[in-house]
Amino acid sequence: MSAAIRVAGLISLLLFSAQSMAGYQLNMKPGVTSFSQGAYEIHTMVMWICVAIGVVVFGAMLYSIINHRKSKGAVASDFHESTALELAWTIVPFLILIVMAIPATRILLDMEDVSNPDLSIKITGYQWKWNYDYNVGENAQDISFFSNITTPDALHKSTNGGVAKDKDYLIEVDKKLVIPTNKKIRLLITSNDVIHAWWVPAFGVKKDAIPGFINESWINVPEPGIYRGKCAELCGANHGFMPVVVEAKSEADYNAWIASQKAVATAAAASANKTWTKEDLMAQGEKVYATTCAACHQASGAGIPNVFPALKGSAIATGPVAKHLNIVLHGVTGTAMQAFAGQMNDADLAAVITYERNAWGNNTGDMVQPSDVKAAR
Amino acid sequence: MSTTNHGEYFIPEPSKWPVIGTIALVTTVIGAVHTIHAGELNWLLPIGFLLIAYLFFGWFGAVIDESMGGHYNAQVDKSFRIGMLWFIFSEVMFFAAFFGALFYARVFALDWLGGGGNNAATHEYLWPAFNAIWPVLSNPDNTKFAPPAEAMGASGLPAFNTAVLLASSVTVTIAHHGLRANHRKPLIIWLAITVALGVSFLFLQAEEYMHAYEQMGLTLDSGIYGSTFFMLTGFHGFHVTMGTTMLLVMLIRSIKGHFTSDNHFAFEAVAWYWHFVDVVWLGLYIFVYWL
Amino acid sequence: MSAVIEEHHDHHDHKPTGIGRWLFSTNHKDIGTMYLWFSFIMFFIGGALALVIRAELFEPGLQFVEPELFNQLTTLHGLIMVFGVIMPAFVGLANWMIPMMIGAPDMALPRMNNWSFWLLPGAFGLLIASLVMSLMGMGSAPNFGWTFYAPLSTTYGPASTDYFIFSVHMMGISSIMGAINIIATIMNMRAPGMTYMKMPIFVWTWFITAYLLIAVMPVLAGVVTMMLTDRHFGTSFFNAAGGGDPVLFQHVFWFFGHPEVYIMILPSFGIISQIVPTFARKKIFGYSSMVYATASIAFLSFIVWAHHMFTTGMPVAGELFFMYATMLIAVPTGVKVFNWVSTMWRGSLSFETPMLFAIAFIFLFTIGGFTGLMLCIVPADFQYHDTYFVVAHFHYVLVTGAAFGIMAGVYYWIPKWTGNMYDETLGKWHFWLSVISVNVLFFPMHFLGLAGMPRRIPDYSLQFAEFNAVASIGAFVFGFTQLIFLYNVIKTARGKTSVKATSQVWEGAEGLEWTLPSPAPFHSFTTPPQVK
Ligand code: HEA
Ligand code: HEA
Ligand code: HEC
Ligand code: CUA
Ligand SMILES: [Cu+2]
Repeated sequence: MSAAIRVAGLISLLLFSAQSMAGYQLNMKPGVTSFSQGAYEIHTMVMWICVAIGVVVFGAMLYSIINHRKSKGAVASDFHESTALELAWTIVPFLILIVMAIPATRILLDMEDVSNPDLSIKITGYQWKWNYDYNVGENAQDISFFSNITTPDALHKSTNGGVAKDKDYLIEVDKKLVIPTNKKIRLLITSNDVIHAWWVPAFGVKKDAIPGFINESWINVPEPGIYRGKCAELCGANHGFMPVVVEAKSEADYNAWIASQKAVATAAAASANKTWTKEDLMAQGEKVYATTCAACHQASGAGIPNVFPALKGSAIATGPVAKHLNIVLHGVTGTAMQAFAGQMNDADLAAVITYERNAWGNNTGDMVQPSDVKAAR
Repeated sequence: MSTTNHGEYFIPEPSKWPVIGTIALVTTVIGAVHTIHAGELNWLLPIGFLLIAYLFFGWFGAVIDESMGGHYNAQVDKSFRIGMLWFIFSEVMFFAAFFGALFYARVFALDWLGGGGNNAATHEYLWPAFNAIWPVLSNPDNTKFAPPAEAMGASGLPAFNTAVLLASSVTVTIAHHGLRANHRKPLIIWLAITVALGVSFLFLQAEEYMHAYEQMGLTLDSGIYGSTFFMLTGFHGFHVTMGTTMLLVMLIRSIKGHFTSDNHFAFEAVAWYWHFVDVVWLGLYIFVYWL
Repeated sequence: MSAVIEEHHDHHDHKPTGIGRWLFSTNHKDIGTMYLWFSFIMFFIGGALALVIRAELFEPGLQFVEPELFNQLTTLHGLIMVFGVIMPAFVGLANWMIPMMIGAPDMALPRMNNWSFWLLPGAFGLLIASLVMSLMGMGSAPNFGWTFYAPLSTTYGPASTDYFIFSVHMMGISSIMGAINIIATIMNMRAPGMTYMKMPIFVWTWFITAYLLIAVMPVLAGVVTMMLTDRHFGTSFFNAAGGGDPVLFQHVFWFFGHPEVYIMILPSFGIISQIVPTFARKKIFGYSSMVYATASIAFLSFIVWAHHMFTTGMPVAGELFFMYATMLIAVPTGVKVFNWVSTMWRGSLSFETPMLFAIAFIFLFTIGGFTGLMLCIVPADFQYHDTYFVVAHFHYVLVTGAAFGIMAGVYYWIPKWTGNMYDETLGKWHFWLSVISVNVLFFPMHFLGLAGMPRRIPDYSLQFAEFNAVASIGAFVFGFTQLIFLYNVIKTARGKTSVKATSQVWEGAEGLEWTLPSPAPFHSFTTPPQVK
């Protein structure tokens, strides 16, 4: 097979795949905030300047390659020095750089101005979920929740056969960050364990979430809608499964949402005080386990050898309840096992522990009530 | 420009030392990891150290033999000089990493934890009780890193130690003058004094560490102050140990009658090294103890 | 000139034999050969890991590896390619060529030279062993990326992190000793008349690279040492609870890391600056500005490190400073590109394999440079950072830059090393297949990054499927094409090609190395040549 045929084959393959590409995207999108539009502008400008320089440089090279070849009888000249040229191609690029630097500086300075927000939200990265806390700064609301990926584990592995991957694959969460439109929102970004990065391309905001420090940024979203992003800093095994979803609502809708959240919180507080049946605990526990624990300990409870311990048959999940409670409440420092005391209410904790002690053949028969959890805190 | 003895280049015979050196390091490393993790192969660590000692004796022994056998010409001598000089530079950069960490922590990290710069929120929401003061006597989280009760002062023992080290730089220079003038006796006496000063420095440093651990609660794990203090002074102390050992070897060789007034690269290399250790100490004294 | 190579020196040429020749070697050529083979083997190992990565990313879903293993593959791929492929290959080329180019018999410190090499199999043995153990179900290999940011690598690092730390120490010792040796050789072993400003550009670029190495490898050693003490001895350099800062890790790492990326390109610049004049049959354009440009790049490389950290939330003044400083690097780099083009301009060009790779280098490295420039624009980097746009950038500068430079150098010099011409037809096949597939492999990654695909993920949402599939196809073609290269090198080394090389080898080549016979004698210049 000659080289030409191979090349032709490759090109047609590319063309073919180009045709079949449905939702593909070639370029950055302008997004909806002044940052993302600024980034898009400067990206476009720098890219085209580079293309232009490329055309000149590569053009000169191609000209040489075509016209100054030995096989065409070209004889080498002795042209190997020129102070004027050297000066020119030092100074001209320098000037071009200044042209780029000016708008870049302007856009950047605008982004860093976090003064006078209407609302603050604290965003905390956890392995591997986000916590959104509205209880900071002006207009603080007593709302705080976790946002987990919804794609079940099984979906990753079903390449064919199993469930089809749908449009939500890897990008949907159980609870979105809800914000009002046309308000300056200050984001306080930090982490509970390793470094994550909170990124929504349509906002042009990407900030590292650094444990022990709070980074600030701000957004002002003009349009209601759903905006998606991802964790953008390697944060361990499930770094790829940490989507960010923001829902911007009009002010009225936003206020309604706030009210509904408060109602949910009151209901949860009430259920924390009641005594649950085992069926209810198991049902709730399975749900909590799937969203919060399965990422590490796996849905089967088998864990990942040497990385995350199995809970199925584990000495702790089948031994004394107190120890089990303790580890889930307080975590194991220095490992991925976090302290869940501050992340979940008594009812969910009771449910998940009950579930772990009775699922996958861990038939301890134990039941843990919210009051037990409260006592152990 | 290389101007020397062209035509009689010196190229050493094939040598087993590099391979032994690799085996020594791999053994040490495996032993060290197993020691840290209480693994089964922790006995490899002392064996690794022995191999490293064997390596040093063997390799330097071979070099000394070649040198005494008159195999080295001026060009080799110059290569050694260049080599030693840039080796010392690499050591400077190693210390620079730790000095950099110290400056960064003092100037930026602590300030930010205390609410400086654009980190008001860091202070307000994460470490409301923390005050950025150097030396750090109260850490952001005192339950994880128990802070020291007091800071290490600059006067007293550290100041005395500075004097000891500076003096030793002078004595080694006097010894060098003796060697250059071919006066064996001053050479040996001043070199011996230098070694003694090096040993006293180490002794006092050990005293200071004991005081820090036992009386002041200043330890490696007492937060960034202890971390930078012990890493910087500790690596410096390690270098003083190496330097003193090398000086001791030079002393023994001088007593044995090695070196001539115009051919004593080994001595000079050790002297350079010693000056380097001295300069690092000055930096330490200023930035770790004093300011 | 060629009269210096006198026959009676042949009695120096008694080569040691057997395994001892390699284990105990003090010969720059044998050590250079070992470096080059080591690098080649690592290239296939690191490349094989990349192919597993590309296979996993061929379509959405988890097909071959678990996320946990995926991170280990990415980490080891990066570490092996950077420390095990590019750097050793450069040192191998330096070992072979610098003494021949400056008219010396060998390196200045031959015994240390051998140690520099033998530390590498030790260091990479430890690293690769941890991956093998992980595959056998014993613990996890390093899984925090080649940049090993704290606290993922400190508090959360697997047990093998400690092997990783010590293996980085060993690589550091190796590089520092290698660099010292090169500096001593260049400063002290030049033939009479070989002034600094007559040295071939390859020697110059390595000279400067060696200084970069001595300046930054100790800093890398420092940062892994802090990691070790943070992990096991209670220090809190990278822990805010004790007054430290995880971002401090990144500053120290990138103070090493950014000069490191120029360490991985400057010698390739040197190689290209040797090859282009030879095949243009014309002197290099602007010799002295080439030297000054290299030195400027090296200087600037020390003050731009934080462009890898724009999203860490450093003060805006810092962001601006590092943006401006980084932009400046385009100027001296541009000078080099323009000089290469001007060298070709009105030359008498021919297109043997080394020249083809050199031309591809100029094209594709420049594209990588352009994306680098885009990355340093802070507001735009907020969008690019940690996406496949960055992955595209650095593969353009590393694969079609550094690695193509090395391939060009191997084709250019292998006749001198072995005495045999390589197979030109195979060389051309290797080139054309590589240059096409490498673009199929890495160009779509720009689109992926701009569309928002983060790096270091084992699975992705559906909108990224098409370009990932294209890239993976390119990867497999590119990977298997390298087998042609391997075959060609082995064939040439074993003398199975029909054509013997003359001492001049290339019509347009100039320099001392071409005055030596091919294959070059065991000790290059036993009496120094006189350079006019
Ligand atoms: C060989 C290695 C190499 C080289 C040479 C370069 C060269 C450059 N790199 Fe790159 N870079 C890497 C290897 C390299 N890089 C790696 C490995 C990473 C990722 C690390 C990681 O996170 O894992 C990285 C990441 C990286 C980042 C961080 C991105 C991020 O994570 O967000 C940035 C940002 O500024 C950057 C910038 C640059 C610039 C400005 C250059 C410049 O030197 C380029 C200069 C060249 C040109 C500009 C082209 C030629 C010039 C002209 C033709 C003149 C005229 C041109 C103009 C005036 C525009 N690089
Ligand atoms: C010089 C350095 C270098 C080189 C040459 C390469 C070469 C390649 N790299 Fe990589 N790469 C890096 C340096 C390099 N890379 C770095 C620093 C990172 C960042 C790591 C990090 O994020 O921490 C990275 C990350 C990286 C990623 C991103 C991973 C992620 O973010 O998760 C990808 C994905 O496609 C990739 C792909 C490839 C491919 C397909 C090649 C191809 O060019 C490889 C070509 C293949 C071969 C040469 C193999 C040939 C093998 C065979 C034919 C099989 C025979 C097998 C045996 C005999 C065993 N590389
Ligand atoms: C980010 C990863 C991660 C998540 C999420 C996680 N765990 Fe763990 N878990 C770990 C790790 C790692 C350990 C091992 C700690 C150690 O080294 O002792 C562990 C240990 C445990 C143990 C002790 C098991 C044993 O036999 O040693 C229990 C019980 C447990 N986790 C329960 C839970 C529960 C309940 C949840 C969810 C509410 C949960 N884990 C979520 C990582 C995680
Ligand atoms: Cu969280 Cu990546
Ligand atoms: Cu860089």
